[in-house]
Amino acid sequence: MNDFFPTFNFIDTFWAPWESVQDFSWNGKIVAMGFLVSLACGLIGAFIVVRKLALMGDAISHGILPGLALAFIITQSKDLMPMFVGACIAGLLCSFCIEWLQKVSPLKADAALGLTFTSFFALGVLLITQMGNHAHIDSECLLYGEIGFTPLAETINWGSFELGPRPLVTMALVTIGIILTIVVFYRQLIVTSFDETLSISLGLPIKVIHYGLMLLLAITIVAAFESVGVILVIAMLIFPSTTASFFFSRMPSILFCVPALSLVYSLGGFFMARWLDCSIAASMVVIAMVCFAIAWLIGPVDGVIPKILQRKAFAYRVPS
Amino acid sequence: MNGNFFQFSRLFSALFFFFLTCNLKAEQVSENTTIFLKTVRFLSLTDYSVQIVLLGVIFMGFGCGLMGGFVVTRKLSLFGDTLSHAVLPGVAVGFLWSQSKNSISILVGAMIAGFLGVFLISLIKKTTKVRLDSALGLVLSGFYAIGICLLTRIQKMEFGNQSGIDRYLFGQITGLSSTDVWGMGISCLLIVLITILLYKEMLLTGFDPGFARSVGLPVDLLQYLLWMLLAFSVITSLQVVGVILVSALLIIPAATASIITQKMKGLLLWSATLGVSAGIFGTYLSFLGNQLPTGPLIVLTSTLFFILILLFHTENGILFKWLHSRGREQKISVENTLKAVYQELEKVSFSNDTITISDLAKRRRINMPEAHKEAKNLVRKHFAFLLKKENITLPNEDTLSLTPDGWGEACRIVRNHRLWELYLTNEVQYAPDHVHEDAEKIEHILGDVTVRKIERILSNPRMDPHGKLIPSQQDIEKGYIDKKLVRVL
Repeated sequence: MNDFFPTFNFIDTFWAPWESVQDFSWNGKIVAMGFLVSLACGLIGAFIVVRKLALMGDAISHGILPGLALAFIITQSKDLMPMFVGACIAGLLCSFCIEWLQKVSPLKADAALGLTFTSFFALGVLLITQMGNHAHIDSECLLYGEIGFTPLAETINWGSFELGPRPLVTMALVTIGIILTIVVFYRQLIVTSFDETLSISLGLPIKVIHYGLMLLLAITIVAAFESVGVILVIAMLIFPSTTASFFFSRMPSILFCVPALSLVYSLGGFFMARWLDCSIAASMVVIAMVCFAIAWLIGPVDGVIPKILQRKAFAYRVPS
Repeated sequence: MNGNFFQFSRLFSALFFFFLTCNLKAEQVSENTTIFLKTVRFLSLTDYSVQIVLLGVIFMGFGCGLMGGFVVTRKLSLFGDTLSHAVLPGVAVGFLWSQSKNSISILVGAMIAGFLGVFLISLIKKTTKVRLDSALGLVLSGFYAIGICLLTRIQKMEFGNQSGIDRYLFGQITGLSSTDVWGMGISCLLIVLITILLYKEMLLTGFDPGFARSVGLPVDLLQYLLWMLLAFSVITSLQVVGVILVSALLIIPAATASIITQKMKGLLLWSATLGVSAGIFGTYLSFLGNQLPTGPLIVLTSTLFFILILLFHTENGILFKWLHSRGREQKISVENTLKAVYQELEKVSFSNDTITISDLAKRRRINMPEAHKEAKNLVRKHFAFLLKKENITLPNEDTLSLTPDGWGEACRIVRNHRLWELYLTNEVQYAPDHVHEDAEKIEHILGDVTVRKIERILSNPRMDPHGKLIPSQQDIEKGYIDKKLVRVL
């Protein structure tokens, strides 16, 4: 039991990763990947959470599995494009099935969601086991992910300029796409998220915006999962905006809070993983949990301690 | 209901054989004898592994089905999902504690972690404005991540051969031992016992917690009891189907049952039955193939049941509902056409007994092809006949003439409409210009008994609030309208 926690060495944990140029570029890529994933997921998650679709990330991230497997079976290769398309189609199909089931059957939202994504996942697992030994997607990797392998991927060059490893570049593009989408469609997203009736009367295409958001979510998940795993994606969809909502109650402030939190998660997770020698993605989630706990306690908007203090002050002013 | 079930099971078996042949092609076994031999081997229960697995699957299906019934009706379907993820750190700590695959310490650890997760969810719910789905997601991913951290750490330590823990993540039915089956049996028995003993209390706390509290039931205690049972069934099933698919076992049979029936008792029984049969069929399918995973097959069988019931159930199925609503729409459309014909004839005080299609189109506010289609529908129902323009002289287009049947039906629908308008103005004090919309809808639904009642209340009126004739029963029976009376009115 004693050797479970290795001795904490400050220099080894915090300084050694950045000592030489090679180390810096290697570890920097890992941290950057973590940062980008939690930034992208956090921004899109802020909208997902206010739409009460927090578990949609869970559903879609498991629902893409049959799409990946089918794309592999059809093309017999591990090319990126077919996989990407297959996964996006499966993810959208999953979210469509969830909506459709709620419409045509007496099932409630939660049951429809649980039923659909577990069925999709079961189909995916069945297909993958039928692919035999040449399967490169293994469900274990899908669930954990290994962010530490990011620098190992082939690098992408633009002309003579080296951009970086493929997952990192993909993720950066997706993140830019998400930021652009949010900036351009900010009003529409806000209105449809908070007031459906108003958005109908304004003539906004609610369905299009909903499925657009789902597509964006699917793309983010597909881009992220191969390097960080499903669990980090699900966590990062919910944790940043929920944590931020303990400090701010307005959407723009919450969105601006996400990058800062992402930085804390990625650096904190990296150092924790370096100290304990465990999965980096999972460590990031643990750090996110710690941040959430702190916000839950001291957050000025909805935190426990400020509420107790307020109640005390109130009791003082109004003696019973 | 029994008849339905047998019909369905016949359908299922047909589909299964289709499914089987697909699989067998992949396995490159072409002789049917192999399926037959394997089926015989499966059904005769000679293999010890088959006995163990079947017993485990039956316990699991029954327990999860029952629990699922409670969970789905309380809109807590995703609790199972969260719980199955949240037990992971407990499994890891249990493993760390005993430094072996000792299932007792792992089980205890899993229970504690599961409870901690559930407790955290209710704490978040109670003290913050975070929504339930977000709270579920937070606990699910957070606990799972802690579990992964612990497992990856254990992997690096010297005793860290975690092959025994892997099966908690993905499930492995072949590794099922008789101790595991005992565990499943006990948890299943516990669930059945508590369901029987506390059925009323569980029902009440599930559907109306406020009332349950007011009659003095310990609502919170019952809630925790339910979660404990849920944790039992989730943890014992984890080793068979893995973290993600265990929530499928909870949700899918119960969701299927909720389409079949709205009564709680029936729902629980159906849910348990479906869980067990999906388990048996899934195991059978995986036994037929060589490397077919059992967990996903059980879940997919369950999903297949769901889809079949969703489509073909004779009351709540989509197909039945669609047929029903299509029939109703057609009836309404025919009745509206007849009414339009009547009104057109009324406009000329019944001096004519045919109307042109263009008049019908104008009255119904539709275009000509649609009007032709409606006219054809009337002809098909023998309510009218069409006079082609080649055969008649005066209007240079097709005209429609009602048969006695059609005439009676048209009078009946107009009568319904006008009676209702009169009823609303006279008895319910509606303004005369507000009654039309309502009557437009009700005219298709009013039955003979109601019409008789309204007649009695209004003492057989002849005129509606807009001064138009209400065609009487006699008019309908004789098949014509007293033209003199219309002129007088």
